Amino acid sequence: MNLKISALEYVQQVQNGNISAEDFISKTLEQINKVDEKLHAFLSINDDAVNQARAIDKKIKSGDKVGSCFGMPISIKDNMCIKGSKTTCGSKMLENFVAPYDATVISKLKQQDAIFIGKVNLDEFAMGLTTEFSAFGPSKNPWNPEYVPGGSSGGSAVSVSAFECLMSLGSDTGGSVRNPASFCSVVGYKPTYGLISRYGLISYANSIEQIGPLTRTVKDTAFMLNMISGLDPNDNTTINVKNGDYLSDIDSGIEGKKIGIIKEMMAEGTDPAVLSATNDAIAKLESLGAICEEISIDMVKYSVAAYYTITATEAGSNLARYDNIRYGYDFPVEGYEFNSYISKARKNFGPEVIRRMIIGGFVPSAGHAGKYFLKAMKVKSKLTKEIDEAFKKFDFLIAPTVPILPFKLGEKINDPVALFLIDINTVTANLTGKPAISIPFSISNGLPIGIQLFADSNNDKSLLQAAYALEQTVKLPEVPI
Amino acid sequence: MTKIGLEIHCQLTNLKSKLFCSCKANYREFEINENICPICMGLPGSLPRLNQEAVKKATLIAMALNCTTPNKIAFFRKNYFYPDLPKNFQITQLNIYGDTSIGGAGSIIVGDKKINITRIQLEEDPGRLIYEGSSSKNQITLVDYNRAGTPLVEIVTEPDFENPKHVREFLNILSDLLENLGVSDPTLEGAMRADANVSIDGGKKVEVKNIGSFHDLEKAVHFEITRQNSLHDRDIEIIQETRHWDDKRKITISSRSKEEDLDYRYFLEGDIPWITIDPEIREKLKLEMPESISSKKERYVSKYNIPPQVADVLSSDKFYSELFDKSHTESNAKEIANIITTDLMGLVDTREKREESKITSTHLRDLADSIQSEKISRISAKNALHEILKTGKSVVDVITELDLGTVSNESELSEIIKEVITSEPEAVEQAKSNPQTINYLVGKIMQKTKGKADPKLSLDLLKQQLDDL
Repeated sequence: MNLKISALEYVQQVQNGNISAEDFISKTLEQINKVDEKLHAFLSINDDAVNQARAIDKKIKSGDKVGSCFGMPISIKDNMCIKGSKTTCGSKMLENFVAPYDATVISKLKQQDAIFIGKVNLDEFAMGLTTEFSAFGPSKNPWNPEYVPGGSSGGSAVSVSAFECLMSLGSDTGGSVRNPASFCSVVGYKPTYGLISRYGLISYANSIEQIGPLTRTVKDTAFMLNMISGLDPNDNTTINVKNGDYLSDIDSGIEGKKIGIIKEMMAEGTDPAVLSATNDAIAKLESLGAICEEISIDMVKYSVAAYYTITATEAGSNLARYDNIRYGYDFPVEGYEFNSYISKARKNFGPEVIRRMIIGGFVPSAGHAGKYFLKAMKVKSKLTKEIDEAFKKFDFLIAPTVPILPFKLGEKINDPVALFLIDINTVTANLTGKPAISIPFSISNGLPIGIQLFADSNNDKSLLQAAYALEQTVKLPEVPI
Repeated sequence: MTKIGLEIHCQLTNLKSKLFCSCKANYREFEINENICPICMGLPGSLPRLNQEAVKKATLIAMALNCTTPNKIAFFRKNYFYPDLPKNFQITQLNIYGDTSIGGAGSIIVGDKKINITRIQLEEDPGRLIYEGSSSKNQITLVDYNRAGTPLVEIVTEPDFENPKHVREFLNILSDLLENLGVSDPTLEGAMRADANVSIDGGKKVEVKNIGSFHDLEKAVHFEITRQNSLHDRDIEIIQETRHWDDKRKITISSRSKEEDLDYRYFLEGDIPWITIDPEIREKLKLEMPESISSKKERYVSKYNIPPQVADVLSSDKFYSELFDKSHTESNAKEIANIITTDLMGLVDTREKREESKITSTHLRDLADSIQSEKISRISAKNALHEILKTGKSVVDVITELDLGTVSNESELSEIIKEVITSEPEAVEQAKSNPQTINYLVGKIMQKTKGKADPKLSLDLLKQQLDDL
């Protein structure tokens, strides 16, 4: 049996009776057993997966109505709640937190007979872009295990890339879906803010983050959006968009579409291989009939600073509840007063979370807010205005997903500022709420390069059409695992 | 001059659910920590889901207090650590980046003074702390989250009060107003709480927190003014500080924690998008708004000629004014107002008694009609009320069963009057020389007939007999 198929191919094969859900799940578990010791995508495995697959096979045989996933294995970033299972956020602080409820995306996928094969690794509380900040150890890039897989949804990207599942859900606060998708050569999607419910996603920076799929193909992403997007009474920020079926007309092509090339995202410091891949992508889009033209988005140069200021502020508030009263670990309180107790309790957080919480305590504080937080909010609104202007002229914008190639584990972990700057091409979509997608495009020295396309808010369907057109021009080697 | 400003916290007790989840707003009927869910416990991944009805009710309060109501409102996070706050931030409102709270500046007339309202905001109530253990050494703090997330409206006034009495008048008016609007039941424990800012001439502002009832608020303000005056008299500087009301000892105590130094790091709550309150919504609310207490009072006086004091008492009470409006007719309104304010309010003076009482508008109407048609005396009517409250029996039945019908049989009454005259020679002499004292004898007749004697007939017969003596 071939694990190296797309989610939609799986659906077809199960429907044709070529494969059974149980066989596929068993095979997938074998694959996890084989490769995950090396790659470390998973933090926990669903013990009941085979039984669940058997039950779905029974439904299929008896002719009962079966959800559109037909028991396909899906991995879930470990910052989304599945009732009765551990949801650690890659943190010691939530090491023993068992979610008592399902995230909205989880209930929706359950209804479609998905099987959650396991929870996958992430940088602690989704803060980072290498998974090296996971309290449970880093994940490795399947293309070369000495290299980082990107992050924070590193486990998601690795599990899809290494055939440990068919699709995965990650979350994208500043590129956390698109960055690892680019580094591991899978499709990564950050939808319009509000398209997918965040209920049950453990907040890091709630005003800009979204759950997003990581898949092998653009079509699979459209398939996933069909199942998980939509208005949710449990998330007041969800929007009501009538996009209909994301899969229909996905092959509409991009003839006559105008594409803006964001100058600031291909600036000095961009790896030459990444630059040449991007130019190659632009040429291919033009050959498909698109009209590409350079555009300058001035505020991009302040975007990373604004991004870290805003996310730290929200993180400082969102993570305040982890005060060791209901989460964390027990230690005798004797000899502690409030400050020393909190200080000891918070030693449970890793260095990146502590760094951002300290920043988050400072930048919005009285006397400093004007200089930092409020200024960052101004950048956010100016950037949004510039991008909105750009979309009056262009249908899509294009840029490399990450300006550099994947790097070695340990190479940048002690240089937080260098790490921060890698986010330059991804944070804009989050700060402006726009949809963006990373498409596997090229391999340089055995390391993947992804190309990113942006669209205006609520134009998720047309963005997928453009991504699909570009994807069809690409033929990549198989991942060497 | 003494200046007092108030921050009133009023729970919207009449709502069905909490401010951000579907747990019950009426948390009082639950066992400890049973009225909770992932949202009000602030569990990882949960998001607030705004109760739109709470927005409407709070807007209603803002409108009733003549506040400006913005077209768009927003929520903010107030970040601080406290064990009763599951998320370690409170979702509240703020006006520093423009008027975005549910109500802006407004005012209300108290006596002959205008009290200015600074703002009104909608926010979530924290949980409840329960302290156990006798000494501070073995004291433990238990947290009951049943209350966490209950909708709370904060009403902030300008420092327009000059004395505790003035504060009390305002609180009476405010709690009547909130009850009349149908948004809150001020009699429920903890439904109304307050902080007060107190300063005297030349002194700094002192904030008194943790005042659990309106009754204590007046006391706390009184205590604080006395304390500050005595410091002032001894030339001791009054420092700006936060003090807590000790509700057992009825004194204010300086807070050791420097709460005024807390930095709440306010910022917009991104999980709740801005809410537009359309003019149509406000128009609709205006139409749904119950008649105000002052308009009711005016109606009672001008339409039914009810004395202003009686109208005042009647209109301020939602329960009784509703009962009145349901039962009265053009002709018996005054009589019913009398029955309610002189008898019924005294008999049914607690929440429990109101709930148990079996009286209906029909009872009141029948009773008033019986008095007006002289089928029953006022005194007997009071006795009838007792029985009606207990049993809910009809007025006719009660009059028959308790034999409360008026004694208007002339010969029967004449006999009784004769007896009274014989047994009260002194009073008879007095009544002859001074006709004004005749009422004493009428009283005696009533006593003998257990209040059933037809008063007018009794007086006529009595006068006749006295003249005949």
